[in-house]
This record gives sequence, C-alpha cells and structure tokens, in this order.
Amino acid sequence: MKRDSLLLGIAATALIAGAAHSGSITAVSWGGAYTKSQVEGYHKPWTAATGHVVVSEDYNGGLAEVKSQVEAGNVTWDIVDLEMSDAVRGCDEGLFETIDPGILPAGADGMAAEDDFINGAITECAVANIVWSTIFAYDNSVLTDGPETIADFFDLEKFSGKRGLRKGPKATLELALAADGVSADQIYEVLGTPEGVDRAFAKLDSIKDQVIWREAGSQPPQLLADGEVVMTTAYNGRIFNAVAAEDKPFTIVWDSQIFDTDLWAIPVGAPNRDLALEFLVFSTAIEQLAAQASYISYGPARKSSMPLVGSFHSKPDLMMGPHMPTAPENFATAIANDFEFWADNQDELNERFNAWLAS
Amino acid sequence: MSDSVNPILAADGTPLKKKLGQALFRSRVQAFGLVVPLLAFVIVSFIVPIVVLLWQGIHDSRYAELMPGSTLALSKWDGITEPTEEMYSALVADLIEARKQKTIGKVATRVNRELSGTRSLFTSTARRAARLAAPYKDALVEVNVAWGEIETWQAMKVASRVYTPGYLLAALDFSLSADGTVTRKPENRRIHIKLFLRTLEISVVVTVACLFLGYPIAYLLSSLPLRTSNILLILVLLPFWTSLLVRTTSWIAMLQAQGVMNDLFVAFGITGDDDRFSLIYNKTGTLIAMTHILLPFMILPLYSVMKAIPPSYVRAAKSMGATDWTAFWRVYFPQSVPGIGAGVLLVFILAIGYYITPALVGGQDGQMISNIIDFHMRKSLNWNLAAAIGLVLLVIILALFWIYDRIVGIDNLKLG
Repeated sequence: MKRDSLLLGIAATALIAGAAHSGSITAVSWGGAYTKSQVEGYHKPWTAATGHVVVSEDYNGGLAEVKSQVEAGNVTWDIVDLEMSDAVRGCDEGLFETIDPGILPAGADGMAAEDDFINGAITECAVANIVWSTIFAYDNSVLTDGPETIADFFDLEKFSGKRGLRKGPKATLELALAADGVSADQIYEVLGTPEGVDRAFAKLDSIKDQVIWREAGSQPPQLLADGEVVMTTAYNGRIFNAVAAEDKPFTIVWDSQIFDTDLWAIPVGAPNRDLALEFLVFSTAIEQLAAQASYISYGPARKSSMPLVGSFHSKPDLMMGPHMPTAPENFATAIANDFEFWADNQDELNERFNAWLAS
Repeated sequence: MSDSVNPILAADGTPLKKKLGQALFRSRVQAFGLVVPLLAFVIVSFIVPIVVLLWQGIHDSRYAELMPGSTLALSKWDGITEPTEEMYSALVADLIEARKQKTIGKVATRVNRELSGTRSLFTSTARRAARLAAPYKDALVEVNVAWGEIETWQAMKVASRVYTPGYLLAALDFSLSADGTVTRKPENRRIHIKLFLRTLEISVVVTVACLFLGYPIAYLLSSLPLRTSNILLILVLLPFWTSLLVRTTSWIAMLQAQGVMNDLFVAFGITGDDDRFSLIYNKTGTLIAMTHILLPFMILPLYSVMKAIPPSYVRAAKSMGATDWTAFWRVYFPQSVPGIGAGVLLVFILAIGYYITPALVGGQDGQMISNIIDFHMRKSLNWNLAAAIGLVLLVIILALFWIYDRIVGIDNLKLG
C-alpha cells in the first residue's frame, strides 16, 4: 500500500514537475478532512515549488509509533503532526529533533517568527500550524430548540438521549467541571485537587449510562448522522466539514470549548531530516497556514495569517473567519488546554478513568 | 575367548550396531535439518520477542541507568527517615547530566508513574539544576517545596529498583511502597482484577454459546449428503474468509440503535421507536459479535470429528431398542467429545486474547483485559505495565490449560 502510493507519488512528480533530483518525505497526520487540508495547503504547493514529493500517512495520535520507531532505530516517518502534550513529552524523552526558531520565515512587516506565532506555538522541538478545539455539536433537525451551554450537555432532563464523549479523561473531565459551574480559568486549579477530581467524576456519573464512548476523531459526525447520539463532543473542524462539504444539519456549541494546538515535529533519525525541515519551514509560512484554513476551520497559528484567511474553498460566500475557534464570538468561555497538567497527571487520571468506566 | 564377544560385522567390516547407529544419526540430522528453518523462525519471530517483552514486566533499569548517583544514594536510604544532604547533592548532579543528555523526560515519566505530579517537578528542576549551589537540600526545596516531602523521595526509591515486582503488583491492583510493603490500591483505582474476571466471563459465555450454536450445525453438515453439505459448509466458511474488521463493522450496522435489528423490532412492535434496545457498545455487542466471529472455529473441528463417526453405530443402537435420545446421548455424543474438546479449547483461547472486536463494539462494559494492554502499549506508553499484565494473562491461560488437561486430557483432542 505504502510502497504503491510512494511509487505513484514518484511517478506523478516525474510527470508533473519533470524534476530529476526530487526527493520524497513521509508526512504523518490525522487523516480525513484534516489531512486533506494539509495536502491542499502545504503538500501540493511545496511539490509545485520544489519538485519534492510528500507521501501522506495517517495515524491516530499518540507517541507509540514514534517511540517504537526511534527505539528500534528504524525510523520511516520524516515529519509528524502532534498534539501539544505529545510534542512536549516526546521532546523531553528525546524522540524529536530540536528546531531552531530562527529558521522560521518572518511574519508580515518582517515581524520575527517568534512574535508572529501565537503564544506557546513554538516549542523546543515542534512548531504549531493550527489551533483546534474540542466543542460539542448536535443535529438541529432532531433538536430544533437545541442546547446552548455545556450544562445542557449534562442535563438529561432538558435533553434526553445518548451523548458521545471521547474515551479518555482529557477534555472530558474539564467539560464536566465546566458544566458543574467552574469558570474557565479555574478548571485546572480545581482539577488539581482530589475533591475537584471527585467532583468531575460525580458530574460524569450523572450521564454515565447515556454515554457512547468513541475514540477516533472521525466518529462524531458519523454518530450524529446515524442518530446514535443526540449530541457529541468533537473536533470543531470535523463538524464544520460535515456541514460545509456534506450539508449535514449540525450545529456547534462553542460554550466552554477547549482549545489546543497541533504541531509539526521531526523524529530523531528521520530518513529525510533536512527535506523534512525544509518542508516544516515552508508549511508554517503565512500563506500556507492561511491556505490550509480555507479547507478546514482550524485557526492558523500565526497572527499574520489571520487577515489572509478567506472563504471555504468550494463555497466562495462561506467565510471561514466566524467558524474559527479563535473568533471572538466563539472564544468568550474558552478553556486553554493545560498540557503541563496532563503531562503530570495523565497516568493517575487515566487509571482512575479506566477504573470508573469499567465499574 | 575373544571370539565369543565379537560383534556381527557389516560388509565393510565395521560392527553392525555402530553402522546402524550412524545411519539413524544421519537420518535424525537430516530430519532436524528440515525442521531448522521453522525452529529458527519460531525462535526469532515468536519466542525471543515474547521473552524480551515480558522481561520488561519485571525489569526496569531506566532510572538506575540514567540517574546512577542518586540510585546509589537511594539504595542506602531506609525510605522512612529524613533524606540526607548526600542524596540531595547526588540528585542535583544526576539532574544536570540528564538535562545535558536529554534523558530527563524518561526519568520524569518513570517517577511520575509512582507519584503523579513529579513529571513537571523533574523537568522544571532539571532546567535550573546547573545554577544550584550547596547546600543542595535548601536549594532544591527553594526551587520546589515538593523536594522537601518524603513522598517524592519514596517514589524515587521505588523507581530506582531495577528488578521490581511493582508492575506485576500493579497488574493485580496492588502498589509497592518504598519500604517494600504491598498495599491494595484505593477502590476507585482498581481495574485489572475486574477486567481479568470479565475477560474470563466473556470467554466462557462465548465458548458455551458457540458450542450450543455450532453443535447442531456441525451435526447437520456431517449427516447431509456431500453435495448439500458442501454448499452449507461454504456458508460457514464464507464469513470465515471475510476480514475480521468487515464482520465487526457489519455488526455495528446490524445492532446499532438505528440499525437493522432495532428497525425490525420496532416494525414488529416488539419495542417502541423511542425505546430501542442497546445491543451494541456494551457487553451484549461484544458477546454477539465475538460469538459470530468465533463460530467457525467451533464448527470445523466438530464437523471433521462427526464426519468420522460411522452412522451405523447409531442405527445399531436403535435396532437394539434405544430411543432417539439414548442413541444420541449414549452412542453418538461420546464419540463427538474429542471434537468438542478441540473446538472449546480453540474458541476459548482465541476469545481470551480478543481485542479488536471488543475495542470496536464493547463500549464501556464490554472491554476486555487485552484492551487495557493495548491502552498501555499505544496510549500511556507504559510498556512495562503492559508486559506485566500480559505475563499475568499468560500465567492464567497456562493454568487453565493445565486444568483442562487434567479434566479433558489433551490427548483427547481431535481436529480431524
């Protein structure tokens, strides 16, 4: 499969670019509409500009594959798209190359890249490309007078029916506390105490028998479309794409959205390290981040990309701006995902969550 | 005198016994030569990886290797008294080195498994370690008060053990403390015993269900004329040849709330439209899908054994006055037991390690122990704990196999 696509890719470049010395890198990302937005926003322009090919591979997040590749000394991935917590953890464990921020292209008006990227978007080993968020969504053809706050998500009396949640404590516990009345800036403070954890689980207990637990990011639109759930948490881009590209009757509720960044990182020992670095620099340029944003509603990680964000690629009158997690009207009650908190507490909370699920 | 003990000689003058021995040895070497590729393959691709992986369940040298100074200091400490200045200075030296080698993350991850919150304590302290000056105890406590707490040091002492029963204990919901005592984990963090029991329960139910569904089918297949039975056999084999994932996802389409089964139930008035059955994303879904997927493993050994039972025995029993039931139960059934033995063992062993199907259709109460192993392999990256759970599972299977051998007898199996 992989080799086939590799051969195809090479054949395609040979035909299109006619480049004699073109290289190839393997870029790994989350699949679906998200990978498609990267292919359109980064891969194709890069191939057109340099003649090098990007072979796309999908994965489900996490560090397991990178860790086993690096530890076995047989790295096949050149560049990986990661969540912040994994990027930091992998960097601490020596799985990723360090990246000098000086090589990143400057922002508009020559602003240094470090100032142009949003806060925290450049780490020791990784560079952010997008801001995404965990929201919840419902089918507005089923619930005509739909939920408006996160408290409604946990209110079985007001809205009966199944809920979809990601099978894991991350984001789930934060939402439970938010629904229980904890304000966005207090969430991690409360969750850091044993009483806070108990409080979150108690809130989850109230809907436990009505929850369908999902794992992959592609499941929520499917669960909603099948009528398996009346509302579900999801990544905002997935729901947006179901609405924009497939005309599904879904509505996003932005209350207490949890936003996070996705970053590129290069595994130690990547076979085409230099090309991958070149690709990383290219894809995090202002125009590329803005171009990607016309395929999926994830906010670009650079301030100077924002003004360039236009409309959805196939619908010129559908402006992307209001659908971004960072749009002011969506951002009022937003919770910033605290990767430090999760790096510290995930072992214990995972264990507790799994035990809670099984009981 | 010597003539009387002279051995019989072969044509070339060597003793016949020796000659025979040589010939046997040669043929043994040749036979072994034929087996060598398989043996090498099994050792390299099966036994070595399993041993290497399971080894991690009792062996974790990460802390000891990356933090040698403080490991030595911790080994002298009793785990109860106040940590000494020597321990603090050894720690600072280790932190500086680990920061330089970029191994601090591995160390932090290791200690964090013993005590939540120590991960950032280690990484943030390591960043400042090079600037610290003696006395190190005061300097470290000033960086973070957690360094003055004895729990932090106890967690480090547990983490510094190279050969540790800690992971095996964790696999059984116990925890190991610094002074070597073993305590049960708090109620809300116990999970593995529960899942082991559920895994056994699901495996037994699936095996019994397969037996009850498969036995009549196998009997039918073996008693029909060859032409008809071949067509029916294809119906058994067709799903067997279909990808496991395809079959599992088909069950999702069949059983989900808006799926085929529930639509039929609503159409026939068995249940209301707002009150559809939950047939999937729970234990029911796991049981149904696993029973269907494992059914051929029961039918095929049963069929091949039943095929070999001469129908004349049952006819003879009936001719001597046995009722249908007696003829079946006293004559036919005992002869089919080797097939049952093989089918039950095959299905049970496959079921106990099942993981894709429960992961897809199991929801929250249909998960099995293999799903937790998968979780620790792929998500939490705690391969040591995954190995320890795997080791416990292996021991359980071997124990069950031993019991099975005592009751049914492993020689009593027949796959055909």
